[in-house]
Amino acid sequence: MDAILETYVIPTAIILAQILAIVVPLLVAVAYLTYFERKVIGAMQMRKGPNVVGPFGLLQPLADGVKLFAKETILPAGANKIMFAMAPMLTFILAMIAWAVIPFDAGMVLSDINVGVLYLFAISSLGVYGVIMAGWASNSKYAFLGALRSAAQMVSYEVSIGFVMITVLLCVGSLNLSAIVEAQRTVWFAIPLLPMFVIFFVSALAETNRAPFDLPEGESELVAGYFVEYSSMTFALFFLGEYANMILMSAITVILFMGGWLPLFDIAPFNWIPGPIWFFAKIAFVLFFFLWVRATFPRYRYDQLMRLGWKVFLPFSLLWVVLTAGVLVAFDWVPAPVLG
Amino acid sequence: MIQALIFYVFAAITIASGVMVVSSRNPVHSVLFLILAFFNAAGLFVLIGAEFIAMILVVVYVGAVAVLFLFVVMMLDINFVELRQGFMKYLPIGLLIGVVIFAELFFVVTSWVIAPDLITAAPAPDPNAVTNTHALGALLYTRYVYLFQSAGLILLIAMIGAIVLTLRSREGVKRQRISEQLSRTPDETVEVVKVQRGEGV
Repeated sequence: MDAILETYVIPTAIILAQILAIVVPLLVAVAYLTYFERKVIGAMQMRKGPNVVGPFGLLQPLADGVKLFAKETILPAGANKIMFAMAPMLTFILAMIAWAVIPFDAGMVLSDINVGVLYLFAISSLGVYGVIMAGWASNSKYAFLGALRSAAQMVSYEVSIGFVMITVLLCVGSLNLSAIVEAQRTVWFAIPLLPMFVIFFVSALAETNRAPFDLPEGESELVAGYFVEYSSMTFALFFLGEYANMILMSAITVILFMGGWLPLFDIAPFNWIPGPIWFFAKIAFVLFFFLWVRATFPRYRYDQLMRLGWKVFLPFSLLWVVLTAGVLVAFDWVPAPVLG
Repeated sequence: MIQALIFYVFAAITIASGVMVVSSRNPVHSVLFLILAFFNAAGLFVLIGAEFIAMILVVVYVGAVAVLFLFVVMMLDINFVELRQGFMKYLPIGLLIGVVIFAELFFVVTSWVIAPDLITAAPAPDPNAVTNTHALGALLYTRYVYLFQSAGLILLIAMIGAIVLTLRSREGVKRQRISEQLSRTPDETVEVVKVQRGEGV
């Protein structure tokens, strides 16, 4: 009996506790990201933003959550009921499970797998299913058009994201996320691979359907895009999933290009601050760019979006992969394979 | 014990969703069951330690190929009654093909013998000494590099073929030419006219 307890029950309990320790702060972060967004965009447009509920409007996300929770969940009569209910769950689950491999500090990671980058890439390429299923199951023109747009967009930008990841992998010699961060001790990859950093950030915007690439939910043409038929908690799950994906893409940007948990400089006042705090500060910095872009740029036209993805980013990132590989071989800088 | 249990769960779901792919009436459901089958196959790969192949399976098949399937299938306007017509007519030939394929697979699998000295002659690399990705890369780009490259060429030719088959020049398509737009000057595009009252331009 003790053997079972030790081999199965206790490890399971520890893993469950770790999962909770990641997911609960993540959900709080998502809630306050919406607050942060409204405050930042408010400031940029010289408004106050939310300021009524609680001090400085700090309880606004809670009030929004309670409001959504208290509303009625509507299942449209013509909808495919099972898939209609599954789509928001899928979106939300995918946004959560990607966090299993994100390292918060040296050794502070739920699952330290050797193919961490590929896992993240796989999960982010699945995000499109939540959107397609929602659009199709709603049995509505607007939702369907939004889903088609979104699917085409997400698939297009994934290709250049893949090439950017390959460039980083060439410089690291491992697919393990912790190894990628450790490889940036001398210099963050954002500096030698600056063009790739920019491409990755723009592709991340497109991948998370954020402005200026928020065509799937272009409200002036498609009402609200693929989730137009959703209400109450089913809508809230899409909303949470989208914001969790934003945080996730920021975290991936930080890990691939901005040195993860490493301090800005490895000297006295900077390396007193613990790694996770650096990590969160960098994520918040990248998220600020997400919001800044939203407040600044008008929406792209659909053919321009496709042109940017396929005719600009794809050839350029492919060229940069070849260039990086060439430079690494020519100067004999090819990293030795790191063991996981 | 727990690994065996997980194996049976994955395997059972793979087979069950494989059955659902061919038997479900709605093609969209079929594609979704196909995705479920891919997923569980990826889980099986993880169980035998082939994590790289598992992830590539999800990225390539679920993330790209199945999205295209779903795209096409979703836009079909299907009459389910019409689809079921002729089911009995095609059933015998379908069963025959099924039996033939099963027999072939059965004979191949049962007569398959692994050379007993193979394990010592070409042992699998120790998973603790070399990662999946590195082992695969070292093999693909050295020993099988020509096969790998020709596989790539075949795919390229298939892609060119698909493009050639669907390429047609259409009349009346308006294209944005950015260089033309940027090189325009006010002289070419703007004309200032003095309009007399009551005459128009």
